[in-house]
Amino acid sequence: MNFYNEMVDTNGGVRAHYQGYDEWLRETPPERVARKRAEADLAFHRVGITFAVYGEEAGKERLIPFDIIPRIIPASEWKAMQAGLRQRVTALNMFLHDVYHGQEILKAGKIPAEQVLNNTQYRPVMQGVDVPGGIYAHIAGVDIVRAGAGDFYVLEDNLRVPSGVSYMLEDRKMMMRLFPELFARHKVAPVQHYPDMLLEKLRAVAPKGVGDPTVVVLTPGAYNSAYFEHTFLAQQMGVELVEGRDLFVKDGVVFMRTTQGPQRVDVIYRRIDDDFLDPLAFRPDSALGVPGILKAYQAGNVTLANAIGTGVADDKSIYPYVPDMIRFYLDEEPKLNNVPTWMCRKPDDLAYVLDHLAELVVKEVHGSGGYGMLVGPAASRDQIERFRQLLIARPDGYIAQPTLALSNCPTFVEEGIAPRHLDLRPFVLSSGECVNMVPGGLTRVALTEGSLVVNSSQGGGTKDTWILED
Amino acid sequence: MLSRTADHLFWMSRYIERAESLARLLDVTWQMSLVPQSLEAANQNWNAIIALNSLEEKFADRYSAVNAENVLRFMVSDTGNHASILSCLRLTRENAHAVRGTITSEMWETMNSTWLEAREKSFEQIVNAGVGEFFDWVKMRSSLSRGTTLGTLLQDEAYHFIRLGTLLERADNTARILDVKYHVLRPQGDEGATDFYQWGALLRSVSAFEVYRKAYRDVITPERVAELLILRMDMPRSLHFCMNGVVKNLDLIANRQSGETQRQAGLLHAQLHYARIEDILERGLHEYLTDFMDRIYTLGDGVSKNFLVPMAEAA
Repeated sequence: MNFYNEMVDTNGGVRAHYQGYDEWLRETPPERVARKRAEADLAFHRVGITFAVYGEEAGKERLIPFDIIPRIIPASEWKAMQAGLRQRVTALNMFLHDVYHGQEILKAGKIPAEQVLNNTQYRPVMQGVDVPGGIYAHIAGVDIVRAGAGDFYVLEDNLRVPSGVSYMLEDRKMMMRLFPELFARHKVAPVQHYPDMLLEKLRAVAPKGVGDPTVVVLTPGAYNSAYFEHTFLAQQMGVELVEGRDLFVKDGVVFMRTTQGPQRVDVIYRRIDDDFLDPLAFRPDSALGVPGILKAYQAGNVTLANAIGTGVADDKSIYPYVPDMIRFYLDEEPKLNNVPTWMCRKPDDLAYVLDHLAELVVKEVHGSGGYGMLVGPAASRDQIERFRQLLIARPDGYIAQPTLALSNCPTFVEEGIAPRHLDLRPFVLSSGECVNMVPGGLTRVALTEGSLVVNSSQGGGTKDTWILED
Repeated sequence: MLSRTADHLFWMSRYIERAESLARLLDVTWQMSLVPQSLEAANQNWNAIIALNSLEEKFADRYSAVNAENVLRFMVSDTGNHASILSCLRLTRENAHAVRGTITSEMWETMNSTWLEAREKSFEQIVNAGVGEFFDWVKMRSSLSRGTTLGTLLQDEAYHFIRLGTLLERADNTARILDVKYHVLRPQGDEGATDFYQWGALLRSVSAFEVYRKAYRDVITPERVAELLILRMDMPRSLHFCMNGVVKNLDLIANRQSGETQRQAGLLHAQLHYARIEDILERGLHEYLTDFMDRIYTLGDGVSKNFLVPMAEAA
């Protein structure tokens, strides 16, 4: 397979937007670069920018490897991507509102009703509930990969509790601290205003009539893999970081327990999955949630961001229909590509997938984090056979896609500098009419040679992402 | 502020102060043990540290004999002992981790890197480099934590809970250190050279040697040492100084149910303010200090009930 290299073209020439960086890299002594890389490692440790890995020793924390070669995207490409993201997230929010109200798209036959209504992520408790501004996914993390020049694909829409934005911000801070001279010679679009933008959005969706809303970030606690990010965002926004046990519901209103007594809470940026949010409504064994919060939410006394039930729009079995949503709600053609997807619940699709397992990527419909997937070209015969059995046993649990020729970018690895595959997760913020994002997003890079899986839980790293203004 | 946040801040500051106080206590005991004395007397000093922290049983489970090496190992780097310096530094870090969004990044980085460095030090390494050096390091890291707090944190409720924890813990520790050392030193009663070194070491352990010289410009006497560490209002580790701060910070965080705790703190402070050392010594220093430590415990408990444990939801 031929891979698009972000930095170097097929003739070996450095692409225009990478020329400044390339010059700098060639004129900087390797010892200095090595020293700076070590410095970055040390600083990340000291700051404690770590994440916990599930399944490993409890409480163990790992660093996400940080690469000092930035992922550079010219402003012209970003503008196109941004327009596509706006369009896509707008349609997804309209879809969610529709699904939980009139279900026009189902009536029009654009999506099989049972695909939505029988989906485990569809929440009947949200039927008929009005949320401020009609916005469900206030924060969306859309994963985008590049297969060629200007050829971007959306891999996944993360509309539940997308994470990673703190790494985007810390990576930038680190780059500016290590190599200030690079920023003097490049016009890199700033991203540091993300927390302000987020706070503004959260305040904008407060329940009606609340003048000066109290916003909090709700975390599952210090042992969650993204705990660093929760504390980071709460601190950057200057709001309280609360756990379920800090909140209680009385007379349909949510309060937090403070040293001065109960204080009313209006907007909750929750980083807890639906299932754990309210033991009275969802999983009764959840110790992370707040009993009664669903009732308060349904009554419109508190806003949850993201809303309950957004999973029905980012589920892998719904993903193939997003282009149709865009056409249906906006009457526009999709600006970003969807990856062609075989839905294994369809007998024809399943037959094709079973015949071509060695070429395809197979994903669990409800999987995330790079767990439970098969990358055909990289898999052993045993793994392929194991997936064949899984597919035959439960076809509706899987989808398959062609193995995309993910672009790659030069990256520091043990042997020196070598190309590694990467993706991009822009963070799209919505409130009412307004859809905004800071330029770029989080670039994740697969550090293992040839690997196409960039998730940090699978050993992926990150890079600073530069949108280069002309 | 969230009750849980206040709780973590309170204990974060208590644990780092406790680590420092323990380093000071072990340091002075170590220095005192270098002055010629019988083995029995030396081991008695080490035993006092275990007794002071009510750890006799735990210690006996893990070690066969009370001696310098075992007590140091137990109190410095034994992770099975929740009161060891290493455990205190870990608990400091854990509490800080839970509220890292409330404290400043400098504070968090200081307490996190203190723990990261501490866990790399084995007991053997500490002994080889000299235990004194390790105790100095602990004091320095505690100073750094306090310094970044003072230099970077907004003086709001979070700051007051941190100060409250620090001062309650310090008052308790100064009382302990004085109680155990006064006890050991006093019976010998002669004004010989040994005593001078022992009292000097005690003063140094609370950074009060130079202070003493400045305040009294005279030879070191046990009464004055007691006066300095209990009654001097301007001596940062004295009981009076600590209670002064406790009262001030309590007033700043007061809520509807904290009245009784404030009253008790005010009373204790007033009693220190108007006390005379002669009366305290006549009553018996040990009795006085024991009573003081009980009252400090009650105050800590009051703070916990009034502010840190989630309040009644009906309020």
